[in-house]
Order: sequence, then structure tokens, then C-alpha cells
Amino acid sequence: MGEGLTRAAARNIFYGGSLFFFVVFALLVAHSHYYAASSSIDVVGLNDAVVRGKRVWERHACINCHTILGEGAYFAPELGNVWLRYGGADDPAGAKDALTAWFQSMPSGVEGRRQMPNFNLSEQDMSDLIDFLAWVSRIKTQGWPPNEAG
Amino acid sequence: MRYQSQQVAWLFFAGAMVLFLAQVLFGVLAGLIYVYPNFLSELLPFNIIRMIHTNALIVWLLLGFFGGTYYLLPEETERELFSVRLAQLQFWIFFLAAAAAVVGYLLGIHEGREFLEQPTWVKVAITISVLLFLFNVSMTLFKGRKTATAQVLLLGLWGAAIFFLFAFYNPSNLVLDKLYWWWVVHIWVEGVWELIMAGILAFLLIKVTGVDREVIEKWLYVIVGLSLFTGLLGTGHHYYWIGAPGYWQWVGSIFSAVEIVPFFAMVLWAFYLVYQGRRDHPNKAALLWCLGCPTVAFFGAGVWGFMHTLSPINYYTHGTQVTAAHGHLAFYGAYVMLNLAIITYAMPNLRGLQPFNQVLNMWSFWLMTSAMAFMTFTLTFAGVVQTHLQRVMGMSYMEVQDQLTLFYWMRLGAGVFVVVGAILFIYAVYGPVREQLTVQEAQAQPAE
Ligand code: HEM
Ligand code: HEM
Ligand SMILES: [Fe+2]
Repeated sequence: MGEGLTRAAARNIFYGGSLFFFVVFALLVAHSHYYAASSSIDVVGLNDAVVRGKRVWERHACINCHTILGEGAYFAPELGNVWLRYGGADDPAGAKDALTAWFQSMPSGVEGRRQMPNFNLSEQDMSDLIDFLAWVSRIKTQGWPPNEAG
Repeated sequence: MRYQSQQVAWLFFAGAMVLFLAQVLFGVLAGLIYVYPNFLSELLPFNIIRMIHTNALIVWLLLGFFGGTYYLLPEETERELFSVRLAQLQFWIFFLAAAAAVVGYLLGIHEGREFLEQPTWVKVAITISVLLFLFNVSMTLFKGRKTATAQVLLLGLWGAAIFFLFAFYNPSNLVLDKLYWWWVVHIWVEGVWELIMAGILAFLLIKVTGVDREVIEKWLYVIVGLSLFTGLLGTGHHYYWIGAPGYWQWVGSIFSAVEIVPFFAMVLWAFYLVYQGRRDHPNKAALLWCLGCPTVAFFGAGVWGFMHTLSPINYYTHGTQVTAAHGHLAFYGAYVMLNLAIITYAMPNLRGLQPFNQVLNMWSFWLMTSAMAFMTFTLTFAGVVQTHLQRVMGMSYMEVQDQLTLFYWMRLGAGVFVVVGAILFIYAVYGPVREQLTVQEAQAQPAE
């Protein structure tokens, strides 16, 4: 099979084609980069608190239990829209209080229920983290997730 | 074994097997917590265990690739490695950095992006080690015979190192963070690592089947071409719902759907060559892994990947147990089995023996492979139920998880068998030699 194709020709198609597809990919990502920096996020809302909140999120490796925008671990609920589940869209102050209370009551210690550690977050960390989650919930995600359950 | 310097591969394979064992043991621990959620919860939370499970996987696969490359490169280039000392140095930097990372994780020292949790200094040590490796193998190739197999393999290794550099870029805008995080994760497994896979398989197939190199290498280029033509733009299947533009739903769906083609081509390639092969190679266990690897990769990456890659389907399955099912069989088929293939092929030569313990080795193949398949099926069922209850019916996450307990028990059971299979493999390859081909049997079929 494939007698018409020589090894040298196959090699040239491989190098040329790969370069071509890489350039197309890089150009599309460059456009997406611009879009992600300007259109799909709350640009003004990306303030110091949100930036610090992302570091709190990373410091405690929340991603290795939860998903955020559907990526991460599958052991605990999606958090991209947790702010909305807690009613943050209508009552931000109430949602912030409820989430703070949630962090403080961990671990639940309930037998047979998955446990979330208590990370002993400072007031500042807690507030930053919640601001980060609120900011994430405003990312334009092409309509994902399908419903509030995440 | 024709070249003295090939011996250094032994070190890499041994390091890989230690971490393989750690990986599957932590996998079982994670699976245990799914069914006994209070177990260890105060001492060692799930996120740390999962981090060790996935990081050990990646690190041991890389060690296997390094070892495999050091083993095959002298035979491909027809000269000794550039420097054995450098290879040893590079091994210890890599291995100790990985060990330090694991100890750090146990103490809560880590960064916070999935798979890239290594503290910056560990990432730097890994980069240095990889650069030493690339220098060493590139010099070897530069001075020796330049086969297509060696060139494709080295291109894949260079690509892996270059795309790893994006691990150092962590923007505070989560959308940008995700955009480039996939430049490491996706472009590794569905791009440059496929070059490594095809390169190592090409070497093994040339050895095991004795088919003309010209033919094998022509198809090698076709396969890796298909991998990159589809896999680069296929990255779009991760850009659907993370705040990227809507056109990725078209680009990602179309190109990633075609990613199944190179995986299928690898199956045809391997079986066709074995069928054509005039040589009846005595290392039957290596042959089994060589055929098993592309086959299971085709199912795990190709079929299970295709299952949830079209955007209208991914809208519902994104980030459920369906993803976990696919991740397990794809990694196992494509990269775990690849490493076990080259180790099975190389170890008799490294130990200066005729192929040995082949029956035991083949038992470990069937045990591990069926257990991974079972794990994949049970996670797929769990994922389909989860998708329906949570994404279609809108039931809350925690309520849905309570419905899946039976599947998680079966996953745990499968995991225990994987561990048994892994121990059996290590014993077959490193343990005492119980049966060995006689010299006459081996000489009846000239091969190396
Ligand atoms: C002993 C058998 C194993 C068990 C019990 C096991 C269990 C697990 C568990 C519980 C998780 C976490 C899932 C979650 O986030 O909720 C996980 C993740 C993962 N495991 Fe395993 N595992 C095993 C073997 C393996 C093997 C052999 C591989 C590679 C071939 C592997 C690769 C992975 C990967 C890539 C992830 C991350 C998945 C993702 O993010 O989609 N595991 N495993
Ligand atoms: C050997 C090759 C492959 C490996 C090792 C692999 C592994 C993985 C892993 C570990 C994930 C989960 C990443 C995370 O933690 O979020 C993933 C996700 C995914 N993979 Fe693959 N994969 C491979 C090939 C493929 C192919 C060929 C396709 C398509 C045909 C595919 C389609 C997908 C999709 C659509 C997702 C996203 C799932 C989601 O939305 O949650 N994969 N893959
Ligand atoms: Fe992918």
C-alpha cells in the first residue's frame, strides 16, 4: 500500500504540514488571548482582591478536589458558578456571609460524607477567595454549565 | 546489547518502576476515599493524594521515555551515547527533584494548578535535567547515523521540553491561565508525546518484526503528521466553555474528531508489520505489549476521546466521571503500555540474559489491561448516570454522587487488581529468573 509515496515525500509533508497547522493554531490562540483579555471577562472587576483570591485558590490546591469551569478533579462540586448557587447575583452580601460560614464549618465530620478540610483562612484570604469566585461566575462561557447544579 | 552505554537505561527504568508503584498505590488510596470518605480526611486530604497520584504518573512516564531513548539511540545512531556520566547526573537531578516534590506535597508545599503543582524550584530542576538530557541525546544523534526513527523521537522530546515552558506562565486572568495550561497538558498527550510513542514503537517494530526500515519509517511520518495536523487545532476541544470565543466549538469538534485517525493508523501499522514480519522474535512478551499499546491507546484515546469530544456532547459531559474514564484508559494504553513494552524488550539485554519470565510478564499484561478496562467501563457508567442526573435533570452534585457508590466500589476493586498486575510485572522483569529461553532456541531465530 502507498507505493506512490516515498519516505522523503512523507517527511516533507510532515514538517511542512505541522508548521502550517501550528501557525494557524497560534494565530487563533493569539486572537483568543485578545478576546479573553478584553471581551469574555469582567476587565474592571479583575482587581487586586480577585488576583490575590486566585493565589489563595492555588495555595490550597482546591483544583484537586473541585472543578472550575469544568476542569480539575471530580471529587467535589463545580465552583465556577458557586457564587450564583449561593444567590450572589441578587444578594452579594448574603452570599459572601453564607460562603464564609461554609468555610468555617469545615470539616463537617459527618460519617459517610466527603470531607473538605478547614484551611484556617484569614478574614482577608476568605474575602479575596470569595471575590475571585464571584469574578469567575461572570466569565462568559458560551452558556456552560447547563444548569445551576454545575 | 551492542553498546556499553545503553546500560544507563537500567537506572531510568528502575526509577520509573518505583514511581509507577507509588502512582498506583496512591490511586488505590484515592479510590478508597471515594467509598470511605472519612478515611484519612484529617491527616492527608484527597487533593494531596490525587496530586501525588497524577504527578507520579507523569514523572515516571518521562523517566521511561528518557530510559527508552538512551537504550535505543546507540542502536539507531550506531555509536555510544555522548556521555554516560551526564545521563547519570541528569537522572539524579530529576529523580531527587521528583522525590522532594512528593515529600513537599505531604507537608502541604505545592502550587495550585492541576498536574503542574510542583513548586517553581522543582520545575526549574526538572527543566535543567531535561535540557541536559536533550543536549546528551542530540549530541549523540548529531555525531551518528540519523534515522527517521531517532529524528521523530528527538523532535517529540524537544517539543515536550519547549511546551513545558508554558508551565512557568501563570497569568492572574483565569481564562488566559487555562488557555496556556492546555499548551502543556493537551499538546503533550495529543501532540508531541505521540511522536515519542510512534518513535519508540517504530524502533520496537523494526527489531521485533524485521520488516524493512524504509517501509516502517515512511508510515511513521504519515502517522506523526496526522497526529500534529489534528492534535494542534484539536486543542480547541478544551476551549469550548472556558471563556474563549465560540468558533472553537467548530474548530475543536472537527479537528479533534479526526484525532482518532492517527491512533487507528498506529494499530494498522503495528499489526500489518507483525503480519508481514519474517522474523519470529523470541521476546514474545515484548511483542504482546507492542501490539497492546496501540490497540488500547486507540480505544482509550481514540474511541473514549471521540465519545465526548463533539461540543454539543461535551456541553453535558464536561468535567464528569466520563472524563476520568477516558483519562485513565488513554494514559494507560498510549504511554504506560509503551513504557512497559520498551522495558520488557530491553531488560533481558540489559541483564545479559535471553528473554525470561515471559509467561509471568504476559499474565501481568492481561491482568493489568483487563483491570484498567474494567475501571474504564465502571467510570463510564458512573459518568453517564452523573451526566443525566446532574446536567440534564439538574440534581445537585452531592446528591448525584450518593447514587454512584456502587460504581466507585467497582473502580476500587479494579484498582486493587491493577496494583497486583503492576507488582507482577515488576517481579517478572526485575525478580529472579525462573524460565529462560535456551541459547539454541534463541539462535534458531536470529534477532537481537
Ligand atoms: C490502581 C489503580 C488506580 C486507581 C484506583 C485510580 C484512581 C484515581 C482517582 C480516584 C482519581 C481522582 C479522580 C477525581 O478527580 O475525582 C484519579 C485520577 C487520575 N488518574 Fe488514576 N487510578 C488508578 C490508576 C491510574 C493509572 C494506571 C493511570 C494512568 C494510566 C491513572 C491516571 C490518572 C489520571 C490522568 C487522573 C486525572 C484524571 C483527570 O483529571 O481526568 N490512574 N485516579
Ligand atoms: C493518549 C492520548 C490522550 C490522553 C493521555 C488523554 C488524557 C486526557 C485527560 C487526562 C483529560 C482530563 C484533563 C483534565 O484534567 O481536565 C482529557 C480530557 C479530554 N480528552 Fe483526552 N487524552 C488523549 C487523547 C484524546 C483524544 C484523541 C481525544 C479526542 C478524540 C480526547 C478528547 C478529550 C476531551 C474532549 C477532553 C475534555 C473532557 C472534558 O470536557 O471534561 N483525548 N484527556
Ligand atoms: Fe485534549
